[in-house]
Amino acid sequence: MLFGITIISFVVIHLTPGEPGVIETEMNPKVTKEVRERIRAYYGLDKPLHIQYYIWLKRIVKLDFGISFASDRRPVIEKIKERIPVTVSINLISMLFIFIIGIPIGIYCAKHSDTTMDKALTAFVFAGYAAPTFWLALLLMMFFGVYLEWLPISGLKSFNFNEMSFFEKIMDVAGHLILPVCISAFGGLAGISRYMKSSLLEVLRQEYIITAYAKGLPEDVVLKKHALRNALLPVITIIGLSVPGLIGGSVIFESIFSIPGMGQLFYMSVMARDYPTIMGILVIGAFLTLLGNLLSDILYAVADPRIRIG
Amino acid sequence: MTVKYFISITILLFFCFSCAKYKDPHFYDEKGTPAYGDTIITASIGEPSNLIPILATDSPSHEIASFIYNGLVKYDKNLRIVGSLAKSWKISNDNLTITFYLRKDVKWHDGVPFTAHDVLFTYRLITDPKTPTAYAGDFLLVKEAKVLDNHTFRVTYAKPFAPGLISWSTAILPRHLLEGKDITSTPLARKPIGTGPYKFYEWIPGERIVLIANREYFEGRPYINRYIMRVIPDSATMFLELKRYGIDMMGLTPLQAVRQTDYPAFRREFNKFRYLSFGYVYLGYNLKHPFFKDKRVRQAISYGINKKEIIDGILLSQGVEAVGPYKPDMWAYNGNVKKYPYDRQKAKTLLFEAGFKMGQDNILYKGGSPFEFTILVNQGNDVRIKCAELIQKRLSEIGIKVKIRVIEWASFINEFIDKRNFEAVILGWSIPNDPDIFDIWHSSKQGKKELNFISFENKEVDELLVKARHTLDIEERKRYYFRVQEILAEEQPYTFLFVPYANVAIHRRFKGIEPAPAGIMYDFIKWYVPEKQMRYIQ
Repeated sequence: MLFGITIISFVVIHLTPGEPGVIETEMNPKVTKEVRERIRAYYGLDKPLHIQYYIWLKRIVKLDFGISFASDRRPVIEKIKERIPVTVSINLISMLFIFIIGIPIGIYCAKHSDTTMDKALTAFVFAGYAAPTFWLALLLMMFFGVYLEWLPISGLKSFNFNEMSFFEKIMDVAGHLILPVCISAFGGLAGISRYMKSSLLEVLRQEYIITAYAKGLPEDVVLKKHALRNALLPVITIIGLSVPGLIGGSVIFESIFSIPGMGQLFYMSVMARDYPTIMGILVIGAFLTLLGNLLSDILYAVADPRIRIG
Repeated sequence: MTVKYFISITILLFFCFSCAKYKDPHFYDEKGTPAYGDTIITASIGEPSNLIPILATDSPSHEIASFIYNGLVKYDKNLRIVGSLAKSWKISNDNLTITFYLRKDVKWHDGVPFTAHDVLFTYRLITDPKTPTAYAGDFLLVKEAKVLDNHTFRVTYAKPFAPGLISWSTAILPRHLLEGKDITSTPLARKPIGTGPYKFYEWIPGERIVLIANREYFEGRPYINRYIMRVIPDSATMFLELKRYGIDMMGLTPLQAVRQTDYPAFRREFNKFRYLSFGYVYLGYNLKHPFFKDKRVRQAISYGINKKEIIDGILLSQGVEAVGPYKPDMWAYNGNVKKYPYDRQKAKTLLFEAGFKMGQDNILYKGGSPFEFTILVNQGNDVRIKCAELIQKRLSEIGIKVKIRVIEWASFINEFIDKRNFEAVILGWSIPNDPDIFDIWHSSKQGKKELNFISFENKEVDELLVKARHTLDIEERKRYYFRVQEILAEEQPYTFLFVPYANVAIHRRFKGIEPAPAGIMYDFIKWYVPEKQMRYIQ
C-alpha cells in the first residue's frame, strides 16, 4: 500500500514543471546556463526518473528521509521534527474543543429535534463551516488586535518570551492561541455535531429505546447508557480519519497567523520543488492514514461488542 | 441579568482601553541625539533558507546576511563603489589586475583577525565545482587570484572585465571555520559568523531571527542594538501587525501606501519613505513572430499604450515611466532617447505603413490574417495582470485584438518562455547596480534557458555591450550604454512600461533615515532612537 502511494506521488511531483533551486534564480541575469547545469547535477536531477526513485527508495527503507533541496540543505527529518509539535498540539487542542462542544451540540439537537434552538445551533455550526477561514481570521484580528488591542495578532510567542515569568509565559501563549484555536474549532463543529445528531436520531428510533423508556428509566439514563454508545460508531470513524489530519496543517490558516507548522512547510516545499521534503511528508501522511484506519477499527470493537465477536 | 452585566463590563473595558490608547501626537517629533539601544523589528514573508549568502537565492537570506558579512567593496548612497573590507584598491594600467589593500582592524565575530587568506578562500569556494552556488559566473572569469601579504589581495582577469570590481562586494566567509569542511552541511548556514555590523544571536525556525549589534564593528558601533526579523507569511497579517506596532518597518503596496495608511493614528506613529525600486516592468515581444518582426509594429504598439494611465490607475502614481532598461537615478541612465507618448493617430499611421488594413470588424488585417495576439502573464502578480487588461483595452481601440492568459510561474517559464512559445509577455527585470546587461540583450544569449528569450539581434548593440563590459573607465562605459539605450528605444524590442517606487513605512522613533538612489538601508548603522523615545529595554 505504502509502496503504491509513494510511486504515484513520486511520479506526479516530478512531472510538474519547474525544478528545485532553479526556480527562484530564473529571472536573475547573473545566473548563467553553466551554473544551472552544475546545480542540476548536484541534486542528481540529471538521472532518469526511475533511477532517482530507486535511489530514494533505497534510502527510505532505512528510514533515511534524505536532505532537503531547499538551500538550507538540512535533513528532511529535522525540518519535519521541528514543525510537528506545533501543528499537532494546535490540532489536538482544537480537536478537543470540537469534540467537547460539537458532541453536546449534536446530542442537544437530537434530543430537541426541530425546535428553534436546534435550528439556531444548526445555523451557527454551518456558518462556521461555510465562513472562509482567512476572512474570519482577518476580521477577528482587526477587531481584537488592532481595534481593541486585546489579543496579539500573529505568531505563537511574544519576542520577549524568554524574559517573562512563568505565569506571563502561560498567558502569552494562551493569548496567542485563542484566535487560531477558536477559528479552527469553529470550522470543524459542523461535521461532528451533524454526525452526532443524525446517528443519535437514528438510534432513538430503535425499538430497544422504546423498551428502555417503557420500563420507566429516566431520560438521562436512556440517552447515556443505551443510545449514546451505539450512536458513537460514526464519530469513531471521524476520529480515525482525523489522525492523519493531525500533522497536516492548513496553509492559509498557518500563513495568516504565521504559525510555523506543517502546512506551510508542505506548501513551501511544493512551491520550491523540494522533492525529498515533499516525499517525506507524504510518506508520514500515508503511514498515519493507514494507522488511523487501524485505530478506528480497534475502537469500533471497544465500543461495540457485536464487532468484536463477528 | 448576566447579559446586562456582560455588556456593561465590555463597555467599561472598552473605555479603559480607548483611554489608554490616547497618545501625544508630537511625541516622536523631537529629533533628539543619537543614543545606543532599542530594537528594530522587521518582517519577511518567507523564512531565510541559508545564511551563507553564496548558497542562498532568496531575498530574506541575503537581507540577514547583509548585516552579518561584508564584501571588499560596496555601494554608497549614490551607487558609487567605495571600500568596505578593502581600504582602497588599485587597478593596473592594462585594466587586467585589481589589487585590494585590506583593512587591518577587522575581526571576525569570534575574535579571529580577518586577513587576505579569507578572501582567497572565499574565491576558491565560489569557483569550486562542488559548491552549489548560483553566483559563480563573475568569478569564473578570474585568471589568477593571489595573496600578496596578509592584507593585500590581487586578482587578474584574462580580459578587462567591468563588473569585476563590484563582484568583490560578495560576502567574504571565514576561512578558519570553513576550510576543509563541506560547505553544504556547515553549521554556519544557521549560525553565521561574519565581520559585519550585527552578530547572529538566535534563529527560531518559522518565527524569527535575532541579531545583536557588533560593538567592535570597524565602521563604528551601530546605534540600534537589536535587529529582529519576524517571519509572517501572510501580507495582510503583516500589515495588521504593523498597525498594531508588532513590527517597526514594512514595505507597502501602492494601495497600502496611498489609501490604507492615510489616517492620523498611523501618521502619528510612522514615517513613510519612497525611492525608486531596482526593477522595471515591460511588455516583451517574440521577435520571431511575423508581425513583431517589423519595428514599426512595435513602435505603433508603444504609441498605443497609455503608460501614464497604467501608472496612475494601477500603481496609484507610485512609479515612473520607463524608457529603457535602467532607472532614472543611475549613472548609466539615458533619459534623452526616443519616447513614445500615448498617440493613437501615430500608432495607426505606423501600422498602415507596415501594410495593415482596417477590416469590416474594426480589426487590422495583413495578408488576410487579423492582428491578434496573446499576452502571457504570470499568476499571482496582480499589477501585471491589470496592466495586461489596460493594454488590451487601449490596443483594441487601434484595431488590435489582444487576449490575456494567466499562467502559474513554473510552467510560465518552462513551457512558454523556454520553448519560445509566446507572442508577447509582461514581465519584469531586476536592475543590477552595475549596468552590465550583456546577458539580456546580446544575440549570443538566445539558447535554451538563456535570458534573451525574445530573440533580439542587433550587431551594434552586441558590439557595444562587449566593449562596455571590458572597459573600466566610467565615462567611456557611459557612452556605450547611452548608445545602447538609444537603439533599444528606437527598436522597441520591449515596450518599457514603468519603474515602480518602493514604499516603506518605518516607526517614527527611528531617526537619521535618508532615501537615496541606493534605497534607505545603506547607512542602517547610523539610524538611532533618541533615549526618551526608546521602546525596548535592550
